[in-house]
Amino acid sequence: MVQEVSILVGGKAGEGINSAGAIVAQLLNHSGYYTYMYYDYPSLIRGGHNFAIIRGSDRPVNIHRNFVDYVIALNQDTITQHKQRVGKRTINVFNSDVVRTEGQGISVNTILKSENAPAIMGNSAVIGAFAKASGISWDTVSDVFTRHMPKGADINLKVAKRGYDQVNTINTIKSIGSRRFSVLTGNEAIGIGLVAGGLTVYVSYPMTPSSSLLHFLAENTKKFGITVIHPENEISVILMALGFAYAGGRAAIGTSGGGFCLMTEGLSLAGMAEIPIILVVSQRTGPSTGLPTYTAQSDLHFILNAGQGEFPRFVVAPGDVQQAYYWSAVAMDVAWRYQVPACILADKTLSEGTFSIETEKISQAKFADLPLWDGKTPYFRYADTESGISPLAYPGTNGAVVKVNSYAHDKSGITAEESGIITQMTRKRMKKATVLADAMESYDTINIEGSSEAKTVLICWGSVLNTCREVALELNLKVIQPIVLSPFPVIRMNQALQGIKRKIVVEENVTGQLSALLRFNGITSDAMVLHYDGRPLTPDMLLNRLKEVGV
Amino acid sequence: MNGRQLITDAQNTWCPGCGNFTIQHTLKTILSEMEKEGTNLDDVVILSGIGCHAKIADYLNINSFYAIHGRAIPVASGIKCANKNLKVICCVGDGDAYAEGLDHLIFAAKRNIDITVIVHNNRVYGLTTGQYTPTSPLGFKGKSTPLGTLEYPLNPLELMLASGATYIARGYTRKMDLLKTLIRGAINHKGFAFIDVLQICATFFNMTDYYNAQIYELPTYDRSNASIACEKVKEWDYNNKAPISLGLFYQRTAPTFDEQFQHQMSVKSERYPIVKEFLALRQ
Ligand SMILES: Cc1ncc(C[n+]2csc(CCOP(=O)(O)OP(=O)(O)O)c2C)c(N)n1
Ligand code: SF4
Ligand SMILES: [Mg+2]
Repeated sequence: MVQEVSILVGGKAGEGINSAGAIVAQLLNHSGYYTYMYYDYPSLIRGGHNFAIIRGSDRPVNIHRNFVDYVIALNQDTITQHKQRVGKRTINVFNSDVVRTEGQGISVNTILKSENAPAIMGNSAVIGAFAKASGISWDTVSDVFTRHMPKGADINLKVAKRGYDQVNTINTIKSIGSRRFSVLTGNEAIGIGLVAGGLTVYVSYPMTPSSSLLHFLAENTKKFGITVIHPENEISVILMALGFAYAGGRAAIGTSGGGFCLMTEGLSLAGMAEIPIILVVSQRTGPSTGLPTYTAQSDLHFILNAGQGEFPRFVVAPGDVQQAYYWSAVAMDVAWRYQVPACILADKTLSEGTFSIETEKISQAKFADLPLWDGKTPYFRYADTESGISPLAYPGTNGAVVKVNSYAHDKSGITAEESGIITQMTRKRMKKATVLADAMESYDTINIEGSSEAKTVLICWGSVLNTCREVALELNLKVIQPIVLSPFPVIRMNQALQGIKRKIVVEENVTGQLSALLRFNGITSDAMVLHYDGRPLTPDMLLNRLKEVGV
Repeated sequence: MNGRQLITDAQNTWCPGCGNFTIQHTLKTILSEMEKEGTNLDDVVILSGIGCHAKIADYLNINSFYAIHGRAIPVASGIKCANKNLKVICCVGDGDAYAEGLDHLIFAAKRNIDITVIVHNNRVYGLTTGQYTPTSPLGFKGKSTPLGTLEYPLNPLELMLASGATYIARGYTRKMDLLKTLIRGAINHKGFAFIDVLQICATFFNMTDYYNAQIYELPTYDRSNASIACEKVKEWDYNNKAPISLGLFYQRTAPTFDEQFQHQMSVKSERYPIVKEFLALRQ
């Protein structure tokens, strides 16, 4: 039988719901569970209603379900706004100073007063009470607080102990093993993937849901051996990064849709000047400012087509942290090997969700040697070769004049307008697209999961993978997730679809962008499930929606 | 030892009488002098925006980054941070740096990043055939403003002084010796060096007679004195008839962005142990 538990933590913005959720996730992690945390918050700093749903299971889970077994309430909204998530089994643990309900209430104010602790530590009292109510040992609590609280673990533990001692154990969350996973967010997985790929500088202007990657890398520059710059705007972000890359530095940049709009001229420059650049774009609900803190998958076509003119680009959309780590490193390798822009397309659900990763199981990307100039022949930055890839040299290299150019140019990088040169150089750039597409044949660009016999397939991209994976398990379906979206792995996709009778595309946008991309590649879908309210499509929702299309 | 051939084979397409020739010639002279003094010219990078001025990237046979309109300066900042041994020189237009990419100019000065910015200020959009720029005088009749502009020009020197530039100068393409001294001084200066060069556009805005009548060289004074510099900078507002001073207005030393950046920079080549260590912390 599946061993599983879900916990809702809710309160006002500014009450530290995200960190409270992270501690609860670690309590489950230290009890042997795979964990996932969804964090839902409006775009404001104080007030409003924030909540996290933490799910633990004995099998990997990367999305939350509707039903929760425990509610940890720091405000009344947590009780009133989530009635559809609770049932008879649900146990409330709450701050009785501000919440009226049934269950295990504790007076947070009284506890804080007796420990002389600041208000922000109120969470710890309620987490302590939750741990006791769910039968988690004090040792586990103490271990988690000590390991995972950046500061003030001692006093927080004192506060937690008082909460712990004031309630009774109602329903035990069994410890199911001593194995611990590494718990991290999607953005953190992307960050360490870039680091593994040799990142030297990360340049970014804050924009949710990419900001947490900027903060994470900025906090860890010493540890990771990187540098982080936050310049005046996104235009500067991409151009500074191009300057870095021209001088030989491995640069990555991060943003969301609005910032990416400002970067498109620089992206096209990267395409023309053949400068490697890695872009992390995390989608939020659009158009325009949209819903800053909510999710969407509505920028696929924008990313695939952004920038004037035609040039090869690599676009990868990881669906979970394993993929995020591995493919971020691959993106770095691809950008440098083929001298093209590489885009890691994420979404809020992946970027800000917290997941378990099995360190032993993560795949490490393989890196090819760069095509560096050998110094023997005269240097031409855009020398035409069989693969279209020109040998690299950086300014400061003896004997090489390295000229890059946004104008159409000849092999030495000098502006050219002659028709013959234009045709040749256009073909040279596009040869790299072919070579890249061929090279991608040896990568698992299409992820296939679920029942191998199933004739019905759910086709999805990005974080919706996690919902499809779970639903496919329940309904005995197959799941196909194209991870690489440019160059589109059409051969592998057709192979994956062999024997399939019914293709249902599931995505978080209103026009069916993956569906359109498939159609463009000669693959028609039989039905679409489109979801676009800013909230992740959960397995419960998808199960209902699939009924509508007859599954 | 023979120096390198400093001019490429690219066909030069500037109009006869264009001030850009002077700037190119001056840079060429400076580069060959630097080479004679022992600088490896492979360590010099020239950047340009888009405009008539920008063709200089094609014409000079040194490392170059021919960027996009208004965006040479952020690229230059990235290059300098990546490799502090490079001498980074930006040749930008007035439309380029004072309109399209003004934000980058201000921020580069604010950061005091060790690059040289030479503005080819012809006070007109040359390449797009004659529209007004931020330094065109009030009432300028360009192709986009046939009835005359309705806005006053901005004074770029005053702006740079307020933004934190540590080397501020103005040159003129009909005063080549002075121009050479100013550019050379800018390249030698450690920090953000800015030179507004009154560049003659022979075709769309020929100010030769006007400039010749108004210019004079700045007298000696304490160049690190910002109040005096401010007074001098304000003497001519790029609009009304007034004496136009040429020379170095202001210079001071201050920590540079790239230097501090290098201090912060830590490079680790072996990456997997770092990743593993991080993952272990999250258990
Ligand atoms: C984003 C963008 N907008 C507009 C243009 C068209 N354009 C090319 S050069 C130029 C103005 C050049 O003026 P300036 O910078 O003063 O250079 P000059 O030609 O006078 O040397 C413009 C508007 C462009 N290349 N890119
Ligand atoms: S248009 Fe003016 S700036 Fe451009 S080349 Fe001719 S003279 Fe020089
Ligand atoms: Mg101009």
